[in-house]
Amino acid sequence: MEWGDIIYKSILVVCVFSVSLLVAMYSTYAERKIAAFLQDRLGPNRAGPFGILQPVADGVKMFMKEEIIPDVSNKALFIIGPSVAMFTACMTGVVIPWGTELVIGGKHYPLQVTDVNIGILYLFGVVSIGVYGIMIGGWASNNKYSLLGAIRASSQMISYELAMGLSIVALIMMTGTLSVREIAAQQVGWHWNVLYQPFGCLLFMICAFAETNRAPFDLPECETELVGGYHTEYSSMKLGFYLFAEYINMFISSAVIATLYFGGYNMPFIGRWVHDPNWMAILGTVFFFCKIFFFIFLFMWVRWTLPRFRYDQLMNLGWKILIPLALLHVAATGVVMWLTGQIH
Amino acid sequence: MGAGSLIMLFICGVAFAGGGIALSWVLAKSSPNTAKGEAYECGIPSTGTSWIQFNVGYYLFALIFLVFDVELVFMYPWAVVVKEVGMVALVEILIFMFILFMGLVYAWKKGALKWM
Repeated sequence: MEWGDIIYKSILVVCVFSVSLLVAMYSTYAERKIAAFLQDRLGPNRAGPFGILQPVADGVKMFMKEEIIPDVSNKALFIIGPSVAMFTACMTGVVIPWGTELVIGGKHYPLQVTDVNIGILYLFGVVSIGVYGIMIGGWASNNKYSLLGAIRASSQMISYELAMGLSIVALIMMTGTLSVREIAAQQVGWHWNVLYQPFGCLLFMICAFAETNRAPFDLPECETELVGGYHTEYSSMKLGFYLFAEYINMFISSAVIATLYFGGYNMPFIGRWVHDPNWMAILGTVFFFCKIFFFIFLFMWVRWTLPRFRYDQLMNLGWKILIPLALLHVAATGVVMWLTGQIH
Repeated sequence: MGAGSLIMLFICGVAFAGGGIALSWVLAKSSPNTAKGEAYECGIPSTGTSWIQFNVGYYLFALIFLVFDVELVFMYPWAVVVKEVGMVALVEILIFMFILFMGLVYAWKKGALKWM
């Protein structure tokens, strides 16, 4: 590995890391603004023009507030919980292809931190570790509401992971690869996977909402029943980490939905006007981020539109509807592929 | 190459998570007292610890999840090569999925999926 490569990788890692943090930070602002808009209010408007500095103020506040670690809690695990949640949230962005590749001085620089050939499995693995962050934190608090919230969160996340995995299986049958980059590259032009697998896309999106603990699946932090859910006992930056991890997860989920089903960085018709590969890469990245922001908006829109499920309804939806449907979807995909001659 | 970037991001993640907690440790003032140290359960004094045995319903779901998740892992390599292997693979996975589905129906009929 040359120095040039090392520098390029370092820059890319730092960029991906800071962009995820920045987007997550401004998602908190966007959430409050969109909530205000949907409820005919103003939202944050005091810190800076249009309240644009509100996330900074929130961040500073998180750092300065007193940290309370309950005497009854398990202190080490109490600190490890939010750290794990934050850490896993940061690790997921690594396999997302943010754009095609830049050509500088005859060398190719793909805009992706690393192209793991089992990218999708990597995503699933890291996201699953995120459950530990919630479970450890909730259990270590030694608070009954935290414990209930944590158990709810973990059983909800594992339930929906199955349907999510099955909807991905149908996608992989069609693409024939587990590499996220190749899946994105295959959807060039208008060959977006959502057009071939609209139902799989719908299943995947429902599960993505549940995996990120967003409304209408935000049972783990259901304040009417559970005080604050798994982070009832948390304060200061540790609470901030839990909230922040949720927004990073939302950003990454939107990126994954956009990459797997909505063409990733591919822009239809762009080849007609732009021929320079560098401009193509930059425009592709911009277009990719537009898609991501649309899905983040969708997450918020749904949150402020739909009421929360009851817990038994949530489990029934996961196990008795989504999993059988996802199994059928895999079988149907296989049969259709056989009928259209893709499987001989 | 790939592992190098992963390690770099790993270090970034650990540094951010650890650094954030350390920074707030330094910046935030601390004035602990007995009332703050108690678990907050709606303001009433909490009764006993919460490290107890909890509803077995969650445990049942975890068990079924484990079974299905392991079988799901088998389907990933299959899905990658299904186009190359062809018809045989498709028929085999349909039989496999039928058994899987029967397992789900069995758990359903036994009441394991019923929420108490």
